[in-house]
Amino acid sequence: MISVRKSGFFTTLQDAGRFGYRHLGVPVSGVMDRYAARRANSLLENQKGDALLEITMTGPELEFHEPTYIALAGADMSAKLNGESIGINEVHEIEPGDILSFGQLKKGLRVYLAIKGGFQTASILNSRSFYKPITEMNRIREHMELPYTPCDSYVPKIMQVKPDTFWKRNQLQVYPGPEFDLLDDKQLEGLFVRSFTIAKENNRMAYQLEEHLSPNIHSMLTSATLPGTVQLTPAGKIIILMVDGQTTGGYPRILQLSEGSINLLAQKKHGDKIEFVIQK
Amino acid sequence: MGAFKINIKPFGERAIIITWPDRVEEAILEDIIDFKEHLINTAFPKGEWELVAAYNSLTVINNLNNVELDKYEDLLIGAYQSKKGSQPATRWLWKLPVCYDLSFGIDLEEVAGRLQMSVKEVVHMHTRQPYLVYGIGFLPGFMYLGGLPKSLEVPRKPTPRLDVQKGSVGLAAKQTGIYPQESPGGWNIIGNCPVPVFNVSKDPPCFISVGDRVQFYEISKAEYDLHQIEAEVGIYRIEKKEWHD
Repeated sequence: MISVRKSGFFTTLQDAGRFGYRHLGVPVSGVMDRYAARRANSLLENQKGDALLEITMTGPELEFHEPTYIALAGADMSAKLNGESIGINEVHEIEPGDILSFGQLKKGLRVYLAIKGGFQTASILNSRSFYKPITEMNRIREHMELPYTPCDSYVPKIMQVKPDTFWKRNQLQVYPGPEFDLLDDKQLEGLFVRSFTIAKENNRMAYQLEEHLSPNIHSMLTSATLPGTVQLTPAGKIIILMVDGQTTGGYPRILQLSEGSINLLAQKKHGDKIEFVIQK
Repeated sequence: MGAFKINIKPFGERAIIITWPDRVEEAILEDIIDFKEHLINTAFPKGEWELVAAYNSLTVINNLNNVELDKYEDLLIGAYQSKKGSQPATRWLWKLPVCYDLSFGIDLEEVAGRLQMSVKEVVHMHTRQPYLVYGIGFLPGFMYLGGLPKSLEVPRKPTPRLDVQKGSVGLAAKQTGIYPQESPGGWNIIGNCPVPVFNVSKDPPCFISVGDRVQFYEISKAEYDLHQIEAEVGIYRIEKKEWHD
C-alpha cells in the first residue's frame, strides 16, 4: 500500500467513471484528462479503466510499502523519487520505502499517477472514482492508506513515450449546444472573436470564465447536461460543466465541448486563456 | 407514443437530444417515459447507452463511442412513430412519510404566515395529492416534483442556508421536494422524511424513477424515530402501488 504523508492541494482517486446512474442524478466523475490518464495506464499495460491518482496543482508526498511500477502523465509538477527528479511519460520501478514527492508546477494542471495493476480501493456503484456523497471522501487525506497489488517482475515493453505538446493548445473545439439558437448576434460575436480567461472558480464540477456575455433572459425547462456542456446564466456568466458536474440543469446549453477539448481544458488553470472554435 | 411533434438534435459528439413541446405537462412526460422504455428495450440497451428524461426532453448518451446523428435519426423517428410492440412502462406511486414537527419544519410557521393558513392547513394541502417526478438531477436522488397546489407557492428564501439537513422537505415557488443529502439550499423547509430516497449501498441507489409519483403522508415525531431506525437496519418497506391514470 501507499501511505499518504501529505495530501497536496487536491489529490483524488479516479477511474474511467461511474456510468449508468445519470438518470438518478449521479455524475459520471472519473479522470478529468482521459488522454493523460490513458498514457500513464498504458505504459504499465494496465486496463484503461484502472484507478489512478489525479493530482491537481500541488502534489502529495507518498510512501510506498511494497514493490511496484509507476508512471506519470499529464502536467509537469517536478516529480521526485527519494528526492531525485524523475520524468513524466516514463516507467519507474518502486522499492519498499520509496518516497514520491512533487515540486513546482511547470505546465498543465493535473498529473496522473498510475500504478501497476491500478489502485485497489473500494468500488461503489461500479466505480472507484471519488465523488462525495457517493463516496465518503472527495480527495485523499493525510495518513490515508491506498492499497495496490505488489509487483516486482514487470518487464515494460516501452520505458517511455515522447512528451506531448497537446497542453500548449488553447483552442477548444465546440459544437452548437441544444440552445445555441437562442444566442443573438452580439452574444455570438462575443463568443467567437476573442479569447476567454479561466476564472478562479474552476474545479472538477465546472470551470467558470472571467469574461461575460451580454445578459440572457431566456428561461428553459430543466434538461440533461453533460461533461463539457457550456451554460450561459441569466447574468451572462459562462459555466463549462466538467466530469463531476450536475446531470441536469436549467441554464441554456449554448455549446458542447468535443471530448478531446474536455481533456485540454482539464489542464488549464486560473489565468490561462482559451478560445472557442465552432465545429459544424 | 407518437402523439407529439418531436425534434431531434445532436448534443456534442456522444449524445442526441430529443425534445417535446416546451411546456410542463403530464401527457408529455408520460410519452417520453414510454418512448425511453421502448428505446432501452430495443436499440439502446443499458450499459452502452444512458437515457436521461426530464420535463420535455430525452437525452440519449453513448458511453463508449461517438454517435453520428445521421445513423440514428431515422431509427429514432421510426421508433417514435410505430406504436406497436411497446408496452407502456410500469409507473409507481410511492407513499413517503414526512414529519412536519416544527423541530424539522423550521420554516413551517413562517410559510403558514405568508400563505395566511394554519400550519395544519399547509400540511393538509401538501399531503393531499400525488406529485409527478419530472426529473432527477441537481444532486444524486434530487427529484423535481410537479403538481404543487397554487395555494402553496412561496418564494425561495432570500439567502440560502449553507447546510440543509438530509431528508428535509422544502417548498420553493412551483416546486416541492426532498434534499437527498445535506447540502446548501434556499428552499423553505417544512418537514423531514426519515426514509433515504438515495442510498449508495443499494443498486439502483434510488428506488424512484422519473415518471413515478410521490405522495407524502404525515407522521409523528415518535413514528419518525422508528422509521429512521427501520430504514437504517433495512427493514422499512416503502409503501407503493401501481399507478394508473
